[in-house]
Amino acid sequence: MSALWDILASAGLWAAVLRIATPLIFATLGALLCERAGVLNLGIEGIMTFGAMIGWFAVWNGADLWTGLFVACLSGMVFGLLHAGLTVTLGLSQHVSGLGVTLFASSFSYYLFRLLVPVEGTPPKIIPFQPLHIPGLSDLPWLGQALFTQTAPTWVAIVLAIVMALALFRTPLGLAIRMTGENPHAAEAQGINPMVMRYGAVIFGSGLMAAGGAFLTLSAFDSFIPTMIQGRGWIGIALVVFASWRPGRALAGALLFAFFDAFQLRLQTVIGGAVPYQLFLMTPFILSILALALMARRARVPQALMQPYRRGER
Amino acid sequence: MRFERREQIPPALALLTPLIAVAVSLALAGGLIALAGAPVLTAFGKILTGAFGSKLAATETLARAAPLILTGLAAAVAFRARLWNIGAEGQLYLGAIAVAAASAHLFGGLPGVVQIPLLFLTGALAGMVLLLIPLWLRLRFQVDEVVTTLLLNFVALLFVSMLIDTVLKDPLAFGWPQSVPVAPEAELPKIIPRSRLHIGLLVAVAVAFVVHFIQARTAFGLQSRAAGLNPSGAAFAGVPLGRTLVLVAMLSGGLAGLAGAVEVMGITSYVTTELSPGYGYSGIVVAMLAGLNPLGVVLAALFTAVMFVGADAMSRSLAVPSYIADVTVALSLLCMLVAIFFTQYRIRR
Repeated sequence: MSALWDILASAGLWAAVLRIATPLIFATLGALLCERAGVLNLGIEGIMTFGAMIGWFAVWNGADLWTGLFVACLSGMVFGLLHAGLTVTLGLSQHVSGLGVTLFASSFSYYLFRLLVPVEGTPPKIIPFQPLHIPGLSDLPWLGQALFTQTAPTWVAIVLAIVMALALFRTPLGLAIRMTGENPHAAEAQGINPMVMRYGAVIFGSGLMAAGGAFLTLSAFDSFIPTMIQGRGWIGIALVVFASWRPGRALAGALLFAFFDAFQLRLQTVIGGAVPYQLFLMTPFILSILALALMARRARVPQALMQPYRRGER
Repeated sequence: MRFERREQIPPALALLTPLIAVAVSLALAGGLIALAGAPVLTAFGKILTGAFGSKLAATETLARAAPLILTGLAAAVAFRARLWNIGAEGQLYLGAIAVAAASAHLFGGLPGVVQIPLLFLTGALAGMVLLLIPLWLRLRFQVDEVVTTLLLNFVALLFVSMLIDTVLKDPLAFGWPQSVPVAPEAELPKIIPRSRLHIGLLVAVAVAFVVHFIQARTAFGLQSRAAGLNPSGAAFAGVPLGRTLVLVAMLSGGLAGLAGAVEVMGITSYVTTELSPGYGYSGIVVAMLAGLNPLGVVLAALFTAVMFVGADAMSRSLAVPSYIADVTVALSLLCMLVAIFFTQYRIRR
């Protein structure tokens, strides 16, 4: 038991929670925004992969870190435009379009990476974001180590969750987005253009997904490795349901999830050997499935989610 | 400008759709090959000769098509009933490991004629079980099966990785994580000696015809299509939705599990975590390119196999990464979606 307490009391655990949560926060918020407007975006896994690749490549090529993050966002928005074109304008199956975007974006990023970066023994590295020193707070005993050794994008992610919560529930634009996701016909009757809302939400949401991917290569690690997203996008889709489509709960869900992940990583080193490591690696995926089973029926799904909107057609 | 639904789809257009989609995706891939600084036409020529240029190449392509036909069928039957099974990859792995375990520890002594069909069944059963979990979650808790089947792919692969690291590890593999091999009797006979082309291809094609028959000629086939087209209407007309979906899931998961069985018994004889280069995911593309038609799946799987085998050969001689095959296949899915749309709608000013 005392080993468990040691893990919980270590500042490193809590620092890892925030670090592991960051890409999930970006991804979940991105998916949440798309779905609030009525579009399921299964392009997420591929968009995160592409963001991770292109953001890293920009920095490796001499851009500064924030530019890298911005380039990743832009690339995500382009894929968002593609997904919106397929699902909003053409009204195609959101499931299949999203999977198509994921297959394309991930294979395209591997292709470009192979083309642009010379093959070496070890993958080339960049200098990633450094922990942000916050005067006073970072110097606190224990607490400073646990909570205030994060890189800047982590704080951006947390602030973003709050901003999105306010924007969705306290502004006319947020109301228009939510209304498009609930009932696009009623939204149109109110003078809102559902097409514009859906395009905007999918493009912006996809930008956030790509930023989540780029966090991995620009802050958490320092190089790009194919398949490094490791299902984080799918977990983000599950977290949206778990969060019942609310940004505040998405933040809490991502943190809870990251806690379990950080905890199991440390548990592996304590009781490793006795238990196959694969069981530990399975936990995030099994937790996501459990979270879905627990919350799916209670969650209030946007009523027009996955329903294409065509003017004059019901 | 707006879209107007066509009263009826011209049959010629419906047949042309996949060809147009493939042509457009190849044109786009040509652009990417040019981006790599390689001569485009030479590259396509090398893809073709890489896939068909010699007897060895052709048998390799056909061998590659076998699992793709089965995963393509798995996706096609499920999508037809609007059961979004994206978990064929995990089902394939579970089928493969079940076959290795059963052959090594259960049926090992049996002669091939008995053992091979038993192992096919074992693999299919394992795939079924893995798909029934997300279906149960959908029917019981209304959980979208897209996400759960995707997540279970990771669980299944880790599960297989655990087994081949521990209880099913081959003690003769010098510590390399690979499973115990299937019994020699369980290895599928070759169609052409000294090639990798095994009777799994014939099994896959035969299964495609059986699935076609089930969908076109049986009550279950009709019910599964009705469940996909209009679930509430189908329920009103007396289609038992739950039971139909369970049967569809058993068929779909079984086909994916069978793909794993065929791959282990026909090609590798043991399981590693690199058994499948994404056959489960490519199966989705195959199914869509085929318009969910079981016989079309055979042709679409062949196209996909040509791309993969051909691009491997091409990238060895030109400086074009072999990922071009994955990109082209993914692009063909997107192009197919757009092409299907334009068979159903026309543009009106």
